[in-house]
Amino acid sequence: MNDTNGKAPGARQASRRQFLIDMAKTACTVGLMGTGLGLYAKQAKALPPLAIRPPGALLEADFQGACIRCGLCVRDCPYNILELAKPEHDVATGTPYFVARNLPCEMCEDIPCVKACPTGALDHQLTDINKSKMGLAVLIDHETCLNFLGLRCDVCYRVCPVIDKAITLEMAPNLRTGKHTMFLPTVHSDHCTGCGKCEKSCVLEEAAIKVLPAKLAKGKLGYHYRLGWEEKTKAGKSLVAPDVEHQYTLPEGYKYEQGRGLIPGSSGESVAPGTQPGIPKALQGDKL
Amino acid sequence: MREAKKIGAEALAEKGWLTSHKWLILRRISQLVTLALFLVGPLAGLWIVKGNLAYSLTLNTLPLADPYVLLQSLLAGHIPEKMALIGVVIVLAFYFLVGGRVYCSWVCPVNMITDAAAWLRGRINIKGGAHISRKLRYWVLAMTLVLAAVTGTIAWELINPVSMLHRGLIFSIGMTWVIILAVFLLDLFVSANAWCGHVCPVGAFYSLLGKWSPLRVSAAQREACNDCMDCYAVCPEPQVIKPALKGAKQDIGPVILSPNCTNCGRCIDVCSKDVFHFGLRSAK
Ligand code: SF4
Ligand code: SF4
Ligand code: SF4
Ligand code: SF4
Ligand code: SF4
Repeated sequence: MNDTNGKAPGARQASRRQFLIDMAKTACTVGLMGTGLGLYAKQAKALPPLAIRPPGALLEADFQGACIRCGLCVRDCPYNILELAKPEHDVATGTPYFVARNLPCEMCEDIPCVKACPTGALDHQLTDINKSKMGLAVLIDHETCLNFLGLRCDVCYRVCPVIDKAITLEMAPNLRTGKHTMFLPTVHSDHCTGCGKCEKSCVLEEAAIKVLPAKLAKGKLGYHYRLGWEEKTKAGKSLVAPDVEHQYTLPEGYKYEQGRGLIPGSSGESVAPGTQPGIPKALQGDKL
Repeated sequence: MREAKKIGAEALAEKGWLTSHKWLILRRISQLVTLALFLVGPLAGLWIVKGNLAYSLTLNTLPLADPYVLLQSLLAGHIPEKMALIGVVIVLAFYFLVGGRVYCSWVCPVNMITDAAAWLRGRINIKGGAHISRKLRYWVLAMTLVLAAVTGTIAWELINPVSMLHRGLIFSIGMTWVIILAVFLLDLFVSANAWCGHVCPVGAFYSLLGKWSPLRVSAAQREACNDCMDCYAVCPEPQVIKPALKGAKQDIGPVILSPNCTNCGRCIDVCSKDVFHFGLRSAK
């Protein structure tokens, strides 16, 4: 009796010690696991630029907390463009995406992918597909785009479902030939949905126009920047200093008209009062 | 050479093959039919069920959603839409009634992999192995929930073998098989029932969900037990049996109350004395 009484506290202590050690071990193992997984999760938050989320997808950081990887969006896409990421892909495992150059989004009017999403990872507020922002197309390579080379390809422009709003052809002089016009495909961010049809149909070996995540593609003005000409129209007058009539330094006997250039003959009209014609203004004192 | 008798040999001799494998067969049918329902869509264009175990839509009307994934999503800061919420209520109610870990033994596709590992372990007679605490899974469960809150993402889903396997089978498998092989080898060589019985937080979550579930296995005829130990040998969570089977003296009832009993019914199958039955928690 005495014997066991003497032993029991010791044994109890030993088993308690063992219990604490076991617990510490478990906690450490799980802690390590958690840290590893946490770091991996952080890394997985970065979506590779060429993987595009379906229409209506929340911002990437929110999307990965909202999408439960059920694949309903994949199933309900009539064009089968979506795929759930496999573990070996560098998109977060199990989440849906598409690659525009393989299969672009066809911008279904009824947006079945969004309707199918049970969680709202694809935002149900999106009811007009033209308002979706899957990404932003960028004519990224001016050196190979055929239109930039002065030819008339226009394919990206023609296939755009939001043609003339999301993408326009802007005319510019072709300085190489000196007499032709270049029709430069130009994307407008307020209308481009990022569907990727332009990227898909670019005729080059590697597309010169690509859909990128808006965050990568868009610049941003400093918050304090104001565009003088816009402020001026808003205010109805110049806000800085009174506009000074533009003055030109011209060869004697010439006048200048915007658009027409130098006009020989009459002089005087475009010469500022009080300056001597023929002498560069910079040398005429501090009148300006 | 092998002296250890085959588990369930007595039951086989007394009850015949069919009766001594009844619940095992039913369970395999349940697992395979579940999988088949998900597969006939993509394979044969017969869309009875769409989606996977995270969320599915049956016949375009019945939503079912996994409460564990949605809990993580909630902790990550997202409130799901109506369909997922309806789905989760249905699933919660179902497993609350039949036992949380019914998910493990009747639905989860990984169970077939880990059962295969356990079977092979017995066949090639691998004994012992690393000691892993059965509580580890609850720590892992807590870790996944904390991680969801901290990272704002459903982090566990990046590596969860359960959803990876199911999604892989239904959508496309890719390199998922590597992870499944790792689970198989873990169970085969490192420790018996290592994954499902010690690590998997999905199983841990469902065990908590079934903590009060009315459907339980009961060692109702425990006086008839002849100590053959077959139920212990076959059970993936053998620690749950003892209190119910041997608790008569300590005045513990015959119902297996531990939420880690998976309601697989293998103990019922292998017992030649018909000690075990499915019954209600309230049964005496
Ligand atoms: S809008 Fe249509 S084509 Fe585009 S992802 Fe959704 S379902 Fe598919
Ligand atoms: S339907 Fe929604 S929750 Fe399901 S995979 Fe698609 S985006 Fe994720
Ligand atoms: S991605 Fe291209 S095709 Fe689609 S809307 Fe934008 S410019 Fe048009
Ligand atoms: S413990 Fe996990 S892997 Fe095992 S059967 Fe249950 S859910 Fe599946
Ligand atoms: S006690 Fe019986 S029913 Fe429960 S897990 Fe063990 S073998 Fe399965």
